Amino acid sequence: MRYGPLLFLGILFTLASSWVGLVLMPNRQLGSLVANSSTNATGAIVLYPQARSGEAQQGAEHYRSLGCIYCHSQQIRPDGFGSDIARGWGKRRTVARDYVYDKPVMLGTSRTGPDLTNIGERQSDYAWHYAHLYDPQITSKGSLMPPYPFLFQKRKMGQGGPSPDALKLAGEFSVGEGWEVVPKPAARQLVEYLRSLKTSFDLPEAPLPKAAEVTDAQPPAK
Amino acid sequence: MSSPSKTFSALMPGDLPEDSSKRALLAEIDASCRVPVLFFVVSGLLWLLAGTALALVTSIKLHSPGFLASWEFLTFGRVRPAHLNTVIYGFASQTGIGVTLWLMCRLCRVPFVAPGLATVAALFWNIGLTVGVVGILMGDSTSIEWLEMPRYATPILFVSYALVAVWAVITFRLRQERQLYVSQWYLLAALLWFPWLYATAQIMLLIDPARGVVQAAVNWWFAHNVLGLWFTPIGLAAIYYFIPKVIGRPIHSYYLSVLGFWSLALFYNWNGLHHLTGGPMPAWMITVSIVASVMMLIPVTTVAINHHLTMWGHFEKLRHSPTLRFVVLGAVCYTATSLQGVANSFRGISEVVHFTHHTIAHAHLGLYGFFTMVMFGSLYYIVPRITQREWPSLGLISIHFWGCFLGLVLYVAPLSLGGILQGLAMNDASVPFMKVVEGTLPWLQIRTLAGLLLALGHVAFVANLVWLLARVFGPYRKPVVAILTGIETPAIAGK
Repeated sequence: MRYGPLLFLGILFTLASSWVGLVLMPNRQLGSLVANSSTNATGAIVLYPQARSGEAQQGAEHYRSLGCIYCHSQQIRPDGFGSDIARGWGKRRTVARDYVYDKPVMLGTSRTGPDLTNIGERQSDYAWHYAHLYDPQITSKGSLMPPYPFLFQKRKMGQGGPSPDALKLAGEFSVGEGWEVVPKPAARQLVEYLRSLKTSFDLPEAPLPKAAEVTDAQPPAK
Repeated sequence: MSSPSKTFSALMPGDLPEDSSKRALLAEIDASCRVPVLFFVVSGLLWLLAGTALALVTSIKLHSPGFLASWEFLTFGRVRPAHLNTVIYGFASQTGIGVTLWLMCRLCRVPFVAPGLATVAALFWNIGLTVGVVGILMGDSTSIEWLEMPRYATPILFVSYALVAVWAVITFRLRQERQLYVSQWYLLAALLWFPWLYATAQIMLLIDPARGVVQAAVNWWFAHNVLGLWFTPIGLAAIYYFIPKVIGRPIHSYYLSVLGFWSLALFYNWNGLHHLTGGPMPAWMITVSIVASVMMLIPVTTVAINHHLTMWGHFEKLRHSPTLRFVVLGAVCYTATSLQGVANSFRGISEVVHFTHHTIAHAHLGLYGFFTMVMFGSLYYIVPRITQREWPSLGLISIHFWGCFLGLVLYVAPLSLGGILQGLAMNDASVPFMKVVEGTLPWLQIRTLAGLLLALGHVAFVANLVWLLARVFGPYRKPVVAILTGIETPAIAGK
């Protein structure tokens, strides 16, 4: 081959093809997707998904910054493809509309830990989340998740006993008499974000299964 | 179009009978490459050491989560992207650019033009990268895979990259050899594809993020193409150059190389969305990527056959030439990882291996087994020529090769298997998730062992290079001997 220009054009046109096909076309198809509006039983209009509240949105920034995505996915594959639904990680598959407000979208590519698409539904207890973040071994013995002690503050207990939000640490996790561990703002925001993660809403393109099917297919959520 | 044999003989001056003017030109070209190529290569290798250290920390954390857990900047979710970005943009890209610059000069038959421009580019690249990696560790990671460096760092890299591309276009325009060898097609393609990929990803993910899962589509179009359209062409260009060069015979078939190049150009760039199988995307996007992934069988088998038939009858040379040994190992890994990639793209297999450590093993077989090995092999050839010095220690070369080779096998084989077992267990809802996690532990521990072997190899290589460079600046002078065979062959040495 001697013709530089021919080579040059070939190089440009090949990449242009997938740039149109896998970048421009998806943007055309999904780039202006909006929340779904439906009417509930009382006649009120319900929008789903909704933008996150301030604290939960700040929590999403910590989720991004701490790289939770490298072990936790946020996507439910269709029933029968993998065990996502059988494990109780979600009631229905997730679809493009579930993510319209996410910047960045954190679908994840690894499940070293469980999927978190619906963690807000599966586990809404603040105390559980704080203990789990402080040291996953407290709530999930054998977990490979790292502890996040830097999201918490260890401080001297006040006169009136432990603070209301102090972690209940016993046995090997105890920090000693007269001391307590409380979540820092980052931990609070992160937990608000985790509690906001839920997709059990009906969408025309991804309806929730009927109640009977749900009880059949759902083992107790862990 | 001239006959293929003429094409190749014209580009293989080392194989021609004595021709002193051509050899003088090669020596001049090599000498002109010294500063800019060494700048890219040495800084690339320093980033390799940093990336290896980060990799070991990451690997240990995965089976011993309490390791270094109290420092926020060393938490797993920051060290892992820091590792990826240092090895991808620090080591692999810079070493790849260094090798590209030298190959371009050699194949275009022009001494290095504007070495200052390239050196400034290397400087900018390292500044941008340092800012980016520190940014990740401090918490500004974007959590967009393969694009974690924060948006205040990436424009610096882009400027540096633009300088390299401008340099390449100038060199290409000034070329004295009108015939384009197959390596040049790949290099030119890589140099033109990368800025398009990087700019698109920058704009649609960092500067003005697209809506919802469109980001995921752009993300995987970009990330897979960094491998397919940036590292793969540079790696293949080097294989196409060094195998014929070292064994002293032309590539087996010109037509297979044409077919291999254009089928790669056509199909590879459509592969990316197979990373989203089962995800919240319209089915057509996934399907089109799976089809393109299967079509990759054409370029991969074509290139494999072409390289294998070129090597046919010359395998005994692997014993003497570190360049050939590393490059051929890389070529074998390219075939292996590509076939594995085709298999993994099928929905039925993806259902099992997606989300598991199998994917990590696959990525390392590609980027490490293929690309990194080819780069090591290339450096064993290039560095002595541009510095006019021999590699000081054969022992260190052996440690380098065997550390990398054994480490690679110990990394990829167990983790691939472990990933499949992990996926099968995960898809069986009756297995509690914690049992799945426990099942991955032994495989993750083996991976740390493998990492130690790789680190040993890297340290041996860098030590050898530092020793060689000390001789460049020291009083020690020794004439160039062809390191490849241990025999004095001035034609190949270019002096």
